[in-house]
Order: sequence, then structure tokens, then C-alpha cells
Amino acid sequence: MNIPYRPLALGLVALAFSAIVLQRAQAGGDDYFPPVVDPLVKEECGSCHMAFAPSMLPASSWKRMMGNLKDHFGDDASLDADTAARITSYLVTNAADTGGKRYSSKLLRGIAPNSAPQRITELPKWVSEHRKVPAWEWKHKDVRTKANCVACHADAERGFYED
Amino acid sequence: MHRKLAVPLGIVAMILSTSLFAGPREDLLAQYATAARTETPTFSGFSAARGKTLHTQKFSGGKPDTPACTACHGENPRGAGRTLTGKDIEAVAVSVTPKRYTDPAKVEKWFKRNCREVLGRACTVQEKGDWITYMASQ
Repeated sequence: MNIPYRPLALGLVALAFSAIVLQRAQAGGDDYFPPVVDPLVKEECGSCHMAFAPSMLPASSWKRMMGNLKDHFGDDASLDADTAARITSYLVTNAADTGGKRYSSKLLRGIAPNSAPQRITELPKWVSEHRKVPAWEWKHKDVRTKANCVACHADAERGFYED
Repeated sequence: MHRKLAVPLGIVAMILSTSLFAGPREDLLAQYATAARTETPTFSGFSAARGKTLHTQKFSGGKPDTPACTACHGENPRGAGRTLTGKDIEAVAVSVTPKRYTDPAKVEKWFKRNCREVLGRACTVQEKGDWITYMASQ
């Protein structure tokens, strides 16, 4: 019998490849953080900066942040109570230690359970992932701030942060 | 048949066009005008020229990194702006971004935040009306 090894092998390789990609997209890999899908959250949290993925901070962080929008990293980001409550609920539901857990296990390493960190860019995992980025790159006119993920991670808005 | 339809269609078109002329932005400006009259009895209307000055003027009461509206919105009202965190801001000119100043809650939200950041105080109703009048003309 004549078994078509070559096409079979190629097919298997293709299958394995797509399985890996799919698995990374679904289970997250280390570089996937599902983007905000709620239109209200997208609008309110995404006007001044990228709407950061809720799975990048634990629920305690989001609660603390949403409780002090008047001084949001030095800026006034205040909202009416109803809008703020709806956003808080979305963030808390999808946070790194709740609904977004499977995407963020590594990101939460080294964080005390109730320390409620506020800056994603101060998480130990974030710092170690970005240790090779030179100072001049952060100061580049197209970057300017560490909150500007998209400047380097072209697919950040869709949740992908590899490279 | 066609002739019968023409009259109701004409009426519908007329209603649509009036509602276009007195849209939510005009309603908001009218509200601001009423409030301005209460604020200052000498109020004599909004001015695009004053709005233009407001747009480019440098203030010292706000934050050092946002001394003027143009710090984020750019010098040209018809061009896109950019936040300090690198996000694009749609042009403030109505001709470029027609939906601008049509949602009163949104307008108030941003005046509240931005006036505090740039001017170091809340904007007066006069200033808000001048701004929108200028941007509606751009």
C-alpha cells in the first residue's frame, strides 16, 4: 500500500501549529490578556489611555482605583456614581484573581494578596519582562509613557503582548 | 401614487431638517445661554473669537504639563489631538467630528476634568459656550 507520508506529515504539522496558536489564544499563553469588550468600560477607561485588560490587576486593585478616580495617577478622571459602579463590577469580575485568572497567574507572582497594587508597570513580572528596554526608548516621542503599550506592542488592543 | 406620497414625504423632510438645525448641540448652547444670563446679567451671547482665545491661551493655574487646551488638542482644531499617554483625540472642530458637543453629559464630564487640569479651576458657562461656538464654526 502506498501511504502518502509527505502530505500526512505536512497536515500534522499544520494541525499542531494551529492547535498551539489556538491554545495560546484560548488559554492565554503568557502574553495574552483578553481586551476590554464592554463598550462603557472601553469608552470611559480608553479615552485617555488604552483600556487596560482587567486581568492585569487583582480585584482589590481595581476596587481601590475606582474608589479614587478624582486623583487618578494625578489626573481627575471622576465619573458619576452609577457609571463608576458598572465599570468597577466589570473590572472586578474579570480581574487577575477572579475571571481573568488563567491569563494572569505569572503576572501576580510576588504580589501580597491584599496589597492592591495600582500601577501595572510596577508589578514584578512587568518589570522583569521590560528590563531590557533602554531608557531612551521610553523617552521616544512615540512612547513617552510606560502606559502606552501600543507604541511597542502593536496588537495590545487585541490582547496580544508578545515581542 | 407618487404624487400622493410627495406631500407626506415633504412634511417628513421638513421635520427632519428642522430637527437637524436645532439639534442637541444647539439645545445645549441654548441651555448654556440661559445659565450664563443667570451667572452674569450683562451676558450678551457667546463668541467664537473668545472661544478661539480660550483654545490657545496659556494658563498658569493648572498643571505644568497641560498649560493650554492645545497641549492635548493641538494647535489646529481640525486636526487630531493626542493625550499625554499617546492616545489620539478626535478633532475638536465640528466640521471634522460632527458628533462633538451633542451629548451634554459627555461635554460636562470633559469640561469638568479638563478645565481643572488646564485652567486650575472650573470653566464658566460663558467659556463653555464660547468654546462650543468657536468649534461649531470650525
